[in-house]
Amino acid sequence: MSQAPHKMAQMPSKPPFWRDPDKRAMLFQALALGFVLYLGYSLVSNTMANLERQNIQTGFNFLSVSTGFSIAESIIFYDEDSSYLDAFFVGLGNTIYVSIIGIVLATVIGFLMGVARLSNNFLLSRLAAVYVDTLRNLPLLLQIFFWYFAVLRPLPKPRNAVEFGESVFLSNRGLVGPKPIWEDGAALIGWALVAAILAAIGIGRWAKQRQAATGQTFPIWRTALALVVLLPLAAAVITGFPVSLEVPELKGFNFRGGMTLTPEFAALVLALSTYTAAFIAEIVRSGIMAINKGQTEAAYALGLQPGITMRLVIIPQALRVIIPPLTSQYLNLTKNSSLAAAIAYPDLVAVFAGTALNQTGQAVEIMSMTLAVYLFLSLAISAFMNWYNARMALVER
Amino acid sequence: MKLIKTTAIAIATAATASAALAGPVMDKIISQGHVQCGVSQGLPGFSNPDANGDWSGIDVDLCRGVAAAILGDADAVKYSPLSAKERFTALQSGEIDVLSRNTTWTATRDTALGLNFAGVMFYDGQGFMVRKDLGVDSALELDGASVCTNQGTTTELNMADFFRANGMSYEPVVFEKADEVVAAYDAGRCDVYTTDTSGLAAQRTKLADPGAHKVLPEVISKEPLGPVVAHGDDQLLDAVKWTIYAMLEAEEMGLTSKNIKNKAAVDTNPAVQRFVGNEGSLGEGLGLSADWAYNIVSQVGNYAELYEKNITPIELPRGVNSLWTQGGLMYAMPLR
Amino acid sequence: MAEKYTPGTHPDLPPPKNLVGPAAWIRDNLFSGPVNSIMTLFCLYLLWVIVPPLVNWLFLNADWIGTSRDDCSKEGACWVFIDVWMRQLMYGRYPAEEIWRINLSYILVVLTALPLFFKAVPSKVKGALAGVLLIVYPIVFFYLYVGGSFGLEFVETPRWGGLFLTLVIAVTGIVASLPLGIVLALGRRSEMPVVKSLCVVFIEFWRGIPLITVLFMASVMFPLFVPEDLSPDKLVRALVGVALFSSAYMAEVIRGGLQAIPKGQYEAAAAMGLSYWKSMLLVILPQALKMVIPGIVNTFIGLFKDTTLVLIIGLFDLLGMAQAAATNTDWLGFTIEGYVFAAFGFFVFCFAMSRYSQRLERALDTGHK
Repeated sequence: MSQAPHKMAQMPSKPPFWRDPDKRAMLFQALALGFVLYLGYSLVSNTMANLERQNIQTGFNFLSVSTGFSIAESIIFYDEDSSYLDAFFVGLGNTIYVSIIGIVLATVIGFLMGVARLSNNFLLSRLAAVYVDTLRNLPLLLQIFFWYFAVLRPLPKPRNAVEFGESVFLSNRGLVGPKPIWEDGAALIGWALVAAILAAIGIGRWAKQRQAATGQTFPIWRTALALVVLLPLAAAVITGFPVSLEVPELKGFNFRGGMTLTPEFAALVLALSTYTAAFIAEIVRSGIMAINKGQTEAAYALGLQPGITMRLVIIPQALRVIIPPLTSQYLNLTKNSSLAAAIAYPDLVAVFAGTALNQTGQAVEIMSMTLAVYLFLSLAISAFMNWYNARMALVER
Repeated sequence: MKLIKTTAIAIATAATASAALAGPVMDKIISQGHVQCGVSQGLPGFSNPDANGDWSGIDVDLCRGVAAAILGDADAVKYSPLSAKERFTALQSGEIDVLSRNTTWTATRDTALGLNFAGVMFYDGQGFMVRKDLGVDSALELDGASVCTNQGTTTELNMADFFRANGMSYEPVVFEKADEVVAAYDAGRCDVYTTDTSGLAAQRTKLADPGAHKVLPEVISKEPLGPVVAHGDDQLLDAVKWTIYAMLEAEEMGLTSKNIKNKAAVDTNPAVQRFVGNEGSLGEGLGLSADWAYNIVSQVGNYAELYEKNITPIELPRGVNSLWTQGGLMYAMPLR
Repeated sequence: MAEKYTPGTHPDLPPPKNLVGPAAWIRDNLFSGPVNSIMTLFCLYLLWVIVPPLVNWLFLNADWIGTSRDDCSKEGACWVFIDVWMRQLMYGRYPAEEIWRINLSYILVVLTALPLFFKAVPSKVKGALAGVLLIVYPIVFFYLYVGGSFGLEFVETPRWGGLFLTLVIAVTGIVASLPLGIVLALGRRSEMPVVKSLCVVFIEFWRGIPLITVLFMASVMFPLFVPEDLSPDKLVRALVGVALFSSAYMAEVIRGGLQAIPKGQYEAAAAMGLSYWKSMLLVILPQALKMVIPGIVNTFIGLFKDTTLVLIIGLFDLLGMAQAAATNTDWLGFTIEGYVFAAFGFFVFCFAMSRYSQRLERALDTGHK
């Protein structure tokens, strides 16, 4: 008894394990992991048991079976003989396609609106504010329905289509325009375009180095534009314009031939891009406002023109503030494209998690594949944006 | 809680199952006290909610019949409105007990999807509806047309087959919900609206000007529509199957919801006495109460009554859905 | 003839006429240069094209009084349609004689929440009221809405609908996702690798998938994943789906707040001998949460708008109800009125909340960045 304090002073006995933070953390984590593993296990085993009990077909064999249904729009080849895997890629392709177009449009509209909100023009900035406040505060699904059923409804029938220059027609079947048909030798034009772009990039680098070394500037944009336009044009002249236009014609019920922009696609892209643009406008506005006014004044003091100030001083700094929230808007847009199912645009959810799921009845397999795609897409977008963000980040010296 | 439930199931099982062991879904229906029935989200004549959310239609009446047979109360039904796309998943998962949603009986669905069709409530076929001013008289003139239809239906497959077989091109516009199909067709997005002819007749009432449209003469497929249950409960399958037969048999015997009470008391015909459960042991074999068929007819009605009440208002003649004695396909297996 | 003043006594002259007044304002703000003038003219043209027909349709040519579609001319909006369907749009198919239960809850919420907006109310009272709002009311309202006890008639959830259902889903989503989000955010910043990675996976999973697939799985696939005898109500499953989904977003918002707390606060709390939970609950979270209130409100707005997706799984929220009403055979052709009304309903709530969050943002912005 009397020896105990002495002993403690000599070598502090270990506290009981529940008071040791490390051990406690270990125990807690083990419990958490165990719980999650158990949850996962019971999920899988329940599902297996339920499927087994009802004798429902399982496995991924259905992917190679031909579907027998057709899909209205596809960026890859697809017909009724194609397999369910093809249908999956059709859906995926359409989802990616609509997302990319939507992202580009949303960014353009969003930047314009964001700058417009900061405009000195009272009317313009008010209108931009009304735009942002209205579209941001209405549900996207409602906006999709609105575009599809309210805006596209009054369009005329194909027979009474609105004509633009005898080759472009607007009707309730969509916007139909001429389609270029590439003939032999057209590949040269493509290669010329690629070469022009590469050359433009090369010149850009060279000009930057030269400016850094000598201070002399070089009209990069004008040169690049000239290259990109003139080189393919030259190639076309050499090969004797191996392009013909397939002009759509009204035959029977619909226009045949040409390229069609369907109302479903148009409504979805319009709704997605105008809705997301309202958020992007706010991001852009706060990004620009976050830049200290002293930066502008300093740039003016150096004698820079307002345009150059915006381009070389304000925007590069604002982008650092803008990019992270922009990423999540892009992600949202991609996920929101799944609302396509409501208006018959054949995206992944409509085609694969819709029609294919119903025809095969293999909900578990199909939903897993669908979720995996969305997870992959969102991880890919955020990875790309992180990379870009790192590049744009302030280099502190 | 679980103990109480188990006990309840045990008691219910002991009470009902003397011949057959009750199946798992049947147990669930009895213990929860209602039938969870999957119906369509709104198809006049088949299953349609009114402004207060009360459902009516022939598919709904089948659900009521099943509830009357199993639980003795036609009102012991809860409805899950489902889109065509959701219906099989909901049944497979056990979200609903019976699917009564104008569903076509096909081999794949009956086997690979893990489902059992209990019979046919309505013999149908796929048809086309167009605007009269389009000047089309036959489905074979539809080359190049835009066609609106529902997602996840046999319609989608038949349509593809039909156009391919006849060497015609078409543009499918496929919606998830029937209401959206109708809205898009009405807005002129499509030249043609295709679904089962009964669906065309029903949805026509939802068009702005029903008189401006017509149904083309071609019927391109066989669409036997009936209720479905999941694999793994033969007793429930039997109950649903014999609910349909009881409705048909009642029509054949002239038993209606109005006269069955009287006939049960006075009619000496042994078939009638067997039907209402005063003689024989039909209910026992099904694992149901003796008056199961009586409950169906007295609370819901016979097939002719259902047809009169639900389908006649959408202007579909009985046609092939007449009794076999009147040249139709409706034929109840003998109740004995 | 100029008057004479001694130097320094000349009164201030009014500014030149062309620098003040409406004319000057118009010149400065609308026509300060050629580009600006073109923009102004363009905007005016846009307004001229959009506003008059819109006002005509919405108000001047609209029909307001009546009971059937025959009372509507086709020239303007038919608000009779909305009027006739008002009860369904507000409460869905909730029995008419039980609607007082919903209205009672609205009144209680407003009365309880009102004092929170006044500076004069002591913060202890505010805390108690917030507790009532977030903890007591959800439980009370559950019994109030569902019924089946305390002598109230049982109302099954498929009868719930309209704006009422929208509010139920959005509010449940936010109330449930707040604590979950806090736990996830703390977990993501935890030093325990397993806990941290579990939270990261959870958050990224829910943030990566579309809500519509979540709702689809919750509504029709859920029973496949669990033992047979477990089958909660469809609405409950949708609510759980929505709550899990928004908790991931909430976690990220709260994490932002946690990261913004200076390290000194953590160290000070630790130096005071506070345990992890105590330092979080008493020191870090109160500061972090206050900082992210605007973010939470924004998440709520997003959630509020997303509730419309439940119409895809067959629940009739405000938008779903408007659609259902417009497909009623007696009221065909009023789809746009239905959409406009639903849009108005959503706009009122979302706009008010976003203004509130902007005001908070300014109030909380103490100036230093």
